[in-house]
Amino acid sequence: MIRGRLLYLGGGLFLPGGVFLNRKFRERWFMLLMGSFLVVYIIWPLAGMFFRADWNIVASTTRDKVVIGALWRSVWTAAAATGVIALFGTPLAYFLARQEFRGKSVLEAVIDVPIMVPHTVAGIAVLMTFSPKAPLGAMLVRAGFSPVNSHLAIILACMFVSIPFYVDAARDAFYGVSPRLENVSRTLGASFFHVFFRISLPLAKRGLVSGLIMSWARGVSEFGAIVIMAYHPMVAPTLIYDRFATFGLKFSTPIAVQLILVCLGMFVVLRVLVSGKRKEVIGG
Amino acid sequence: MIRLAGLSIDLGEFMLDSFSLSVDEGEFFMVVGPSGAGKTVLLEAIAGLRQPSGGKILVAGRDVTDLPPEKRNVALVYQDYALFPHLSVEENIRWGLRFAPRPDGPHVEGLVRLLRLEHLLERRPETLSGGEQQRVALARALAVKPSVILLDEPISALDPRFREDLQDYLSRINREGMTIMMVTHDFNEVLSLGHRVAVIVEGSLQQVGEVKTVFREPANRLVADFVGMKNLFPSNIKGGLARLEGGLSLVLDGQKAGGECLIGIRPEDVMIGQDLAEGTENVFGGRVVSIVPRGMAFEVVFEVGGIRLTGRMLSSALVREDVRPGADCRVGFCPGAIHVFEGSHKI
Repeated sequence: MIRGRLLYLGGGLFLPGGVFLNRKFRERWFMLLMGSFLVVYIIWPLAGMFFRADWNIVASTTRDKVVIGALWRSVWTAAAATGVIALFGTPLAYFLARQEFRGKSVLEAVIDVPIMVPHTVAGIAVLMTFSPKAPLGAMLVRAGFSPVNSHLAIILACMFVSIPFYVDAARDAFYGVSPRLENVSRTLGASFFHVFFRISLPLAKRGLVSGLIMSWARGVSEFGAIVIMAYHPMVAPTLIYDRFATFGLKFSTPIAVQLILVCLGMFVVLRVLVSGKRKEVIGG
Repeated sequence: MIRLAGLSIDLGEFMLDSFSLSVDEGEFFMVVGPSGAGKTVLLEAIAGLRQPSGGKILVAGRDVTDLPPEKRNVALVYQDYALFPHLSVEENIRWGLRFAPRPDGPHVEGLVRLLRLEHLLERRPETLSGGEQQRVALARALAVKPSVILLDEPISALDPRFREDLQDYLSRINREGMTIMMVTHDFNEVLSLGHRVAVIVEGSLQQVGEVKTVFREPANRLVADFVGMKNLFPSNIKGGLARLEGGLSLVLDGQKAGGECLIGIRPEDVMIGQDLAEGTENVFGGRVVSIVPRGMAFEVVFEVGGIRLTGRMLSSALVREDVRPGADCRVGFCPGAIHVFEGSHKI
């Protein structure tokens, strides 16, 4: 749940009035003092980029078809990868949350491997699996798909790095649903699948959506794995790198600013959508 | 209605071993035992939520051992109610109806009236009190007209003022023909609700029988402990007399098998007072050792002829008889109050 919680930290900043005079707060100020270093560490560089960006160039890049194309490509390929992960990851997460078995911790560690490995390594591993010379890649080529330097290649790379972000969040969300609720609905006549779709899924919804957001965000921000699978067509991070390498900081920053704006926008919209329903799903 | 034949459930750390018992139609059957004795697990096995490692479960004459929970027609109400938090009270109660072959609307409305839930139908479970949640859980279980309803400690978690209410509801539901199997760790609930009772201690079935019988004549020391029979003494029985280690001789009610036996006397059966004439049957002079408040009554420990005898008294009796620690007094009990544990020769 740690990664899932990150999404909701914002709620804690706007505490009810009078909190700074509260005795508990006075006892904890030292913790806040230490912690604020990290908060500043995140905000400072990002804010600095906005202040130092040349807004004339930002304005002109919003009309640059290449930039818009790359941004849009980032958004939809990451979403597509997340869709595939949700389809297969939700049953996996449910299984992990409900079933105890020998080797479960090994399986959970395997799911987390994409977080550990350097993303360029992940890219190479995926490329070796799906390159036209490998059996799987050859199958895709025969079926008329292009597994490298294509949209499919971007999605394949995104999937690999995003899987743990969704599966871990979804597993924790299902952990939070009491098995007794499922038990009771079974005794009242509901089949296993009915209970899954009508009880477990709705009650885990908040955690699942937060997992989807994290998985999508991971896909949008991916560079290392994607650049190895597909330098072209360019996603936003690749384009930013490309502009940086070719024209320097001045021309890469405006795209970076736009990518941040797009991501923050999605982030806020989804967060509002989820937190609006928050009250419904507490408890159980 | 329910028959368990040699049912065993493996719980990892311990095992419910080879249970055989039957619950009759319309019966209020209690399962009692200390916390952690595996009582909830037993209910889950009957409901089909846990795979037994051996034996058979029959419900309404049908072998359901291998059927999934939704095909057993057995409803389960958990101690924590397990209401669906994302649904309203009404949606909770009607949850099972969509699967029923013949949903009975009037029956559900009757339940809502019986359990006084009319004004709560629109609310969410989280806004209800414990007693209200419990009633919703009951209504939800009864709405599907199960053959039997399994209750997991429905009363213990409630505020004391709701307990009697719920007991009344349960008795009414039972009187209207519903078979109930209820688990509890509190023998007082057994006394006020149950027809028959099964006592489970340490994973095994110690005794099954009429509540009155188990209460008066526990089968062994474990059950005696559980039903509050505190005065247990090893004794030697001969010719209608039980001789205790300290030297006291107690008159028994009728002839019992001779030899070394365990005897027990319930604290409520111990009497105290100057009007007990010494020299009559089972009346002895003694001394008060301690007085401990226990709810509405007091637990008084006497020393009598080398043994310690525990009695239970109301405060009015304490005042009347001037019972203080250290005071001398007379203690007695009828011959009929002495329970001889059959087959306890080796203890």
